[in-house]
Amino acid sequence: MTTARPAAAGTAIEAARVVKEFGQGATTFRALDDVSIAVREGEFFTLLGPSGCGKTTLLRLFAGFEMPSSGAILLKGEDITELPPNKRPVNTVFQSYALFPHLSVAQNIAFGLVMQGRPAGEVAAQVEKMLALVKLESLAGRRPAQLSGGQQQRVALARALAPAPRVLLLDEPLSALDLKLRKEMQIELKRLQTETGITFIFVTHDQEEALTMSDRIGVMSAGKLQQVGTPRDIYTRPVNRFVASFIGETNFLPATAVPGGVRLATGDVVALPGAPASGAVTLTVRPEQVRLVAAGEAGSIAATVRALVYFGTDTHCHLALADGSELVARLQSPATGDAGLAQGQAVGVTFVPGAAQIVGD
Amino acid sequence: MAARSFSISRLPGFNAIAVLVFVVLYLPIIVLVIYSFNAGRSISDWEGLSLHWYAVAWDNDDVKDATIRSLYLAVTAAVISTAVATMAALGTTRRRAFRGQTFIYVMINQPLMVPEIVTAVALLIFFAAIRQATGYQGMGYLVAAHAAFCIPFAYLPIRARLEGMDLTLETAASDLYASDWQVFRHVTFPILLPGILAGLMLAFVTSLDDVVITVFIKSAGQDTLPTYMLGQIRRQVTGEINAISSALLALTVALLTLFFLLTRKRD
Repeated sequence: MTTARPAAAGTAIEAARVVKEFGQGATTFRALDDVSIAVREGEFFTLLGPSGCGKTTLLRLFAGFEMPSSGAILLKGEDITELPPNKRPVNTVFQSYALFPHLSVAQNIAFGLVMQGRPAGEVAAQVEKMLALVKLESLAGRRPAQLSGGQQQRVALARALAPAPRVLLLDEPLSALDLKLRKEMQIELKRLQTETGITFIFVTHDQEEALTMSDRIGVMSAGKLQQVGTPRDIYTRPVNRFVASFIGETNFLPATAVPGGVRLATGDVVALPGAPASGAVTLTVRPEQVRLVAAGEAGSIAATVRALVYFGTDTHCHLALADGSELVARLQSPATGDAGLAQGQAVGVTFVPGAAQIVGD
Repeated sequence: MAARSFSISRLPGFNAIAVLVFVVLYLPIIVLVIYSFNAGRSISDWEGLSLHWYAVAWDNDDVKDATIRSLYLAVTAAVISTAVATMAALGTTRRRAFRGQTFIYVMINQPLMVPEIVTAVALLIFFAAIRQATGYQGMGYLVAAHAAFCIPFAYLPIRARLEGMDLTLETAASDLYASDWQVFRHVTFPILLPGILAGLMLAFVTSLDDVVITVFIKSAGQDTLPTYMLGQIRRQVTGEINAISSALLALTVALLTLFFLLTRKRD
């Protein structure tokens, strides 16, 4: 596990050795297991993981809806663990939006400002600004029930951004939208974050969403933080088998460490500088880093084409190595004709230099 | 059958049963209302259209007293029982499930389950003891009894509304700097209001037409409209009873319509 320690200047919100348990006695469930994380000022930070991994629980701890069993939550270095949600300069965009059905769009957006006791003139000006920011000026008088899903989403964002919080928490806000709208809102969210300069903490189980939007990603599994890093770090240098398989598709091959590389079960040796000297290891390589060459070419691994699956821009080629282990290669589909491969054909396999690496379990 | 899926309305006898049920439900009421406009003394022979019996009822001081007493009792009991029911509903839905929750529901809804006559006798004996000890003869006994048996009627619609309400709304309000009181004042209460109005109305109507409990515990000179009518019927049935019943019916329909319009606008 790597916990990125930020530069002293810019930590917006921080969880320090946080443990959260639900239930009592024998039925205790540990939702968060000693999680430490520091989100930087002005950052678009994504908590990524499968459902039940603890990412939403961590978000609720930041918001103040739950209290940690042990550990602390710090806002700009100040301990806010005991502070109730209405006293934290942190706002949330809920998965269900949670718009107030009895209030208009403008009243929804004004809610936080009114509760803070801001003067009426300031509230009105800020509501105008927020409506313009999310491009909903014409719908200010509507009730939430009269809006489409995408419009409700924008109101929820405007409402949470209006009081200018230090940190904005977003709990899978795009999961209820259809694919096309989701893509639009991804760009929109990124724009809002850049324009407002507010720190965003975004929770999702969608790895593509995480990769395209985030400055940094924290990958979670089973209540633990597995890896924190930029999207490129996470994708190209996963620290363990979980991270490698959860973010993108990948191949795993059992191997044995030998000096200067690893020996596959087929007997082929893959050169890998910095590999351990001995012992059983797992080699991982992304499908797009697998190259097919003519069978028998020097330095290639012998393989047989098992199946070809056409995906439009790509074709996935399922291969079997001599020892029976399986490997997928992602090939760009040619502009015309087929890839020139046939089921049962013998081919050679090579890995793009530096792409194959060893992962822990 | 491939083209047509199952529909209960095509079962044999569906239309006949439906018509029969509506006739049984509404024919007696229609007859009652028609005869309230009868000019003659009889309640079975039609002798021409007139508002005679409405005028008789209007000029009858006993009817006036009983009406005022009934309305006072129904309004007071509805307000008290709705306030209590609102608190009970908030207390039973706004928290995690707890041990004995079902027991609490049963306790709150006791008046729906215990036969009314049993409650009436129990209250008669209980209040007689208090009367003897304190000498108090006022309306307090009726108000207390009506408020108590109206609670479940107010509680059920309020609880239904609370259970249908997204708890995240309250979380969202507190996230947006609202204190506990402000969450209730600005989010929970306004969303709950249609449920509270429904509870008020149900409690009002329930109190308005109660006979059994009222007859048992009222003191002399404390007739409500239903007990007054019961007393009249024992002597001689006249069109006056039809007129009072029709007026009560009109009041109830008006209340229901008002409530429907209010809640439709709100949602």
